Amino acid sequence: MTVIPNFDSDDTGRKLFIICSKGNLDMVYPALVIANAALGEGVETHLFFTFWGFDMIIESRMDDLQFSPAGNTALHFPVKEKNIRVPQAVMPLPGMTGMATKMLKDQLEAMDIPPVRDFLDQIVGSGGRLWACQMSADMNKVDMDDLYEGVEDIINASDMIEMSVGAQLLFI
Amino acid sequence: MAMATIAGKEVHVNDEGFLTEFDEWSEEIAAELATNINVEMTDEHWKLIKWLREDYKEKGETATTRRVQTVGGWPTKQQFTMFPKKPAKKMAYIAGVPKPKGCV
Repeated sequence: MTVIPNFDSDDTGRKLFIICSKGNLDMVYPALVIANAALGEGVETHLFFTFWGFDMIIESRMDDLQFSPAGNTALHFPVKEKNIRVPQAVMPLPGMTGMATKMLKDQLEAMDIPPVRDFLDQIVGSGGRLWACQMSADMNKVDMDDLYEGVEDIINASDMIEMSVGAQLLFI
Repeated sequence: MAMATIAGKEVHVNDEGFLTEFDEWSEEIAAELATNINVEMTDEHWKLIKWLREDYKEKGETATTRRVQTVGGWPTKQQFTMFPKKPAKKMAYIAGVPKPKGCV
């Protein structure tokens, strides 16, 4: 008997709602990767940007997210001897954030992981929906004109709760 | 390894029904695989499937939707239109290559 994969049968109505609350470069990728994977599996996927996560969708900031190694004890030197930690004392030194950001970006590029804007383009192209948080928009004094074009609307917390009925929620 | 008869040919498949031998693939088989999962093959579908196979032959790894876009030239959006819901898996299934390993 021939086995036929059931690509369409698991129409379970599964829905994923990811709340993106961080704007550090290393903290925006988990949401992007998971959202992209979920869409590729046919899962309805929404991203809600709030607080520092707003930097992911502010036009003038989204291409310049930074990675600070300060306070991150999991950062190790990218060398063969895998377990050498970067000393915390050097993290706040001038230039460290820039250097760490560049290293992270180079690593992502080498793995063909797209920059934030391209990644969001891909997510929107795959049917992902992007929502901005009203309170964060007010705090940052921005409106739709300042936001990445893929954002559908600025919505408040109640709207978000209403829209995510039955969804699996992920707070990053 | 299980065997299956597809388009009149005995071929090796895994437990999900994916072809496991690259060289056992043929257009007749691909056409039947596409019918199995309700994909109607247009010229553009064939072009993409053949590119996916070429790329696999070269890289030894199945292209992700990302790579199909950046290297192959089919925007993600179009991939979702051509192979709805689960483009990566559907493309791989029809092309007779493994599901992509990469996350992005």
